[in-house]
Amino acid sequence: MAGSKEIRTKIKSVENTRKITKAMEMVAASKMRKAQDRMRASRPYAEKIRNVAAHLSFANPEYKHPYLLKRDVVKNIGLIVVSSDKGLCGGLNTNMLRLSVNQMKNWEAEGKAISVSAIGNKGFSFMNRVGANVKSHIIGLGDVPHLESLIGTIKVMLDAYEAGEIDQLYVCYTKFINTMKQEPVMQQLLPLSGEQLGSPKGHWDYIYEPEAKPVVDQLMMRYIESLVYNAVAENMASEQSSRMVAMKSASDNAKEVIGDLKLVYNKARQAAITKEISEIVGGAAAVS
Amino acid sequence: MANTVHIDVVSAEASIFAGEAEFIVVPASAGEVGIFPNHAPMVTSIKPGALRIKTADNAEETLIFISGGLLEVQPGLITVLADTAVRGHDLDEAKAIMAKEAAEEAMKNRNSDMDYAKAQAELSEAVAQIQAIERLRKTKH
Repeated sequence: MAGSKEIRTKIKSVENTRKITKAMEMVAASKMRKAQDRMRASRPYAEKIRNVAAHLSFANPEYKHPYLLKRDVVKNIGLIVVSSDKGLCGGLNTNMLRLSVNQMKNWEAEGKAISVSAIGNKGFSFMNRVGANVKSHIIGLGDVPHLESLIGTIKVMLDAYEAGEIDQLYVCYTKFINTMKQEPVMQQLLPLSGEQLGSPKGHWDYIYEPEAKPVVDQLMMRYIESLVYNAVAENMASEQSSRMVAMKSASDNAKEVIGDLKLVYNKARQAAITKEISEIVGGAAAVS
Repeated sequence: MANTVHIDVVSAEASIFAGEAEFIVVPASAGEVGIFPNHAPMVTSIKPGALRIKTADNAEETLIFISGGLLEVQPGLITVLADTAVRGHDLDEAKAIMAKEAAEEAMKNRNSDMDYAKAQAELSEAVAQIQAIERLRKTKH
């Protein structure tokens, strides 16, 4: 009965794996709910600031912010890649990175230079590995995204835009549709197009305190940051639900493997018993 | 009924306050600003300080500390876009420099050009793996 001990060890090891995946599934499920709440909590701000930005883009003729001006020649492109810090979340990062790499290849074919800013460990190490021009990055965000930790990474790109080093800025992240479905999307951040902002309900000009430029500058910066923050919050909700689904299917798979192994184990055990009995019977027949 | 205006205080990470107010005091960058209903449309930046809101139903003022942000007054609606972090030009600059340097450091030890073939090959391999797992599951059932 040489095989049965090995099979028993194997069953034990798969059972242990299943315990881990099951635990991860439950952790992800509870984190997912919180991540979704956070994602929703960030929406009012984004909505409000979008409204203000829309008003400003219509209301203020004497000072046009550079973020609102379209550039005629687009030679350099900035891309913010939002990924997760940890793996084991199905095809989440792979799909998002595939979308961005395909897009980057198209840009490259058009002769545009690309610089990347990476949020999240997976995207950063991938971009680094394949040799993209990574301008800035932030990793280790944890479960709760904080705008504070994103400011530096975003500012590098915004500064580059203002300095004319990049002419367009995109963000690529995984959009949360529902628990079972997440979709990688590419969104243009800069320059802000009119359709993106939408048209305001009613027209009026503001009183600017102390004056228009610093206020508009601050507002535009906050607006872009809120968009990126939103992308990160949404990506985190996607990450957790994607992980939950992946871990659930891993647990199910482990269960199946255990079932199969048990069948093989029982067969081997039965065969061994049958063999023993026939040996005894054979022995007894020889003696008598 | 008292003359009131709707006020929303939101930050990027959470919604802080929403309700009707008779009067609010905001620590604007040029000094404290008190706003009554029917104020003219205005946009101003806010410095760190306490936001005082006198609500319609409550005699006491609601105090909210904010670390800066923007105030927008629309006809019939006041929005306070609060910052979640203490901001300042120098602080932001320092963060940007940190993010930049970290990236430069990480980029030091590698070849310069983006290898699209390698990137795509790596990704299609990962996708193929995931698809293979899914197919395996389907054939078993």
